[in-house]
Amino acid sequence: MHDLRNINTIFRREFRNYFNSPVAYVFMVAFLLLVGFLTFMVAGYYERREADLGPFFLWHPWVYLLLVPAATMGLWAEERRTGTIELLLTLPVTLGQAIIGKFLAAWAFISIGLALTFPIVLTTLLLGHPDAGAIAAGYVGSFLLAGACVSVGTLTSAMTRSQVIGFVLALFACFILILAGFEPVTNLFAKWAPTLAEGVAACSFLGHFDSMRRGVLDLYDIVYYVGVMVFMLTAAHVVLNNRRAS
Amino acid sequence: MLTVSELRKSFGPIHAVNGVSFTVNKGEVLGFLGPNGAGKSTTMRMITGFLPPSGGTATICGHDIQEDAVAAKQCMGYLPENAPSYHAMTVTEFLSFIARVRGFVRSEAQDRVEAAIRKSRLETVRYQAVETLSKGFRQRACFAQAILHDPPVLIMDEPTDGLDPNQKHLVREMIKEMASEKAIIVSTHILEEVDAVCTRAIIISRGTIVANGTPEELKAKDPNNRLEDVFRTLTMNEETSSHA
Repeated sequence: MHDLRNINTIFRREFRNYFNSPVAYVFMVAFLLLVGFLTFMVAGYYERREADLGPFFLWHPWVYLLLVPAATMGLWAEERRTGTIELLLTLPVTLGQAIIGKFLAAWAFISIGLALTFPIVLTTLLLGHPDAGAIAAGYVGSFLLAGACVSVGTLTSAMTRSQVIGFVLALFACFILILAGFEPVTNLFAKWAPTLAEGVAACSFLGHFDSMRRGVLDLYDIVYYVGVMVFMLTAAHVVLNNRRAS
Repeated sequence: MLTVSELRKSFGPIHAVNGVSFTVNKGEVLGFLGPNGAGKSTTMRMITGFLPPSGGTATICGHDIQEDAVAAKQCMGYLPENAPSYHAMTVTEFLSFIARVRGFVRSEAQDRVEAAIRKSRLETVRYQAVETLSKGFRQRACFAQAILHDPPVLIMDEPTDGLDPNQKHLVREMIKEMASEKAIIVSTHILEEVDAVCTRAIIISRGTIVANGTPEELKAKDPNNRLEDVFRTLTMNEETSSHA
């Protein structure tokens, strides 16, 4: 019970923190404009003359790649820079509770952006008879993908006191993870570690998102994303435990 | 109330704290003195559970800071060096957050926040964001979070550093008001603080305790009865020997 209460308290502070500054509004507008532009102008939503959200979900990994690191870069780096980490970690909360609370706040924040894309669902419903199950699967996939990106951002933010470094590291790590299944990347691994190539491809954010984007909700994909989050947050715990004062 | 035994901390080859032991009882205000870089903040950070010690431990109200960290932290209020706080929050929001973390809910949380604001004289700035406050008010906002839950042990790292004389006086008054019911540690390199608030003082130099006694006992070590000279003799010797 105490665990949940502490996580909830950290979550609420962190979540409100986004809205205490213009960050939240700039972020939401950028997110929605970007998603809208990519869906309608680049993927040709209308021109396809099909009532499905395929072209909409197609771009989510790339939008997250750009924007999630911006939302997560301050999570721990800012605490380090301003010294509030000393305050936070001498309060009666455990490091694990603080990490989970902050992670959930950032994930919830991104999820609000995702939820605000609802007009496109309404548009599609108005224009035709889309498969509601496929839309739901797409949203679940996008939600999990966002969570995985946020967990990567949490880890990179924990590694540094500079928000810029946290941002760049998260961008780089997410880029690699998204592209892991992409041919040039697997080729790179095939050259010097052929046995690894298949494993790397299996770790791709994109590969696990693709089936959900098409409307197939597979337990394997869900477990994969949850696994990524658990791994990243555990790594963040190790990093913060070892380098909390630096 | 607070027992520190054989605390050690090494950063690579550097021994920042080298076997520090002392106890603080209820009603005592312990001045933790030392030149900059003597290991004061590192010791405080280990006592409060922020840094894991390389050896030794600290016990707060019977709870070991490493074995039973959350219970030990419940019993303690901590004002870190430079008084960090969340700058985007208002004073009231910041203290409400602390109250919730400390386990207070609804009206009790509100009462605690009100009491802390009153005790720290923050009424006039309570709805202002912390980032807009002067250094003295920021210091008091952080002080307010440390005393919000009325802890039996209060640990303050340089609480008057960088404040003007009026603000220093105010902080000292606040410490004196609480002195009788709590065990308090105040780290400082400002010697006038010892006379102003402390019942006992420890001088630390290069990670080891070089003197421990009441301000009068410490002053008696010098023929002119001046704490400043005692401090200089004890801590300069160390510096000279290290350069030799």
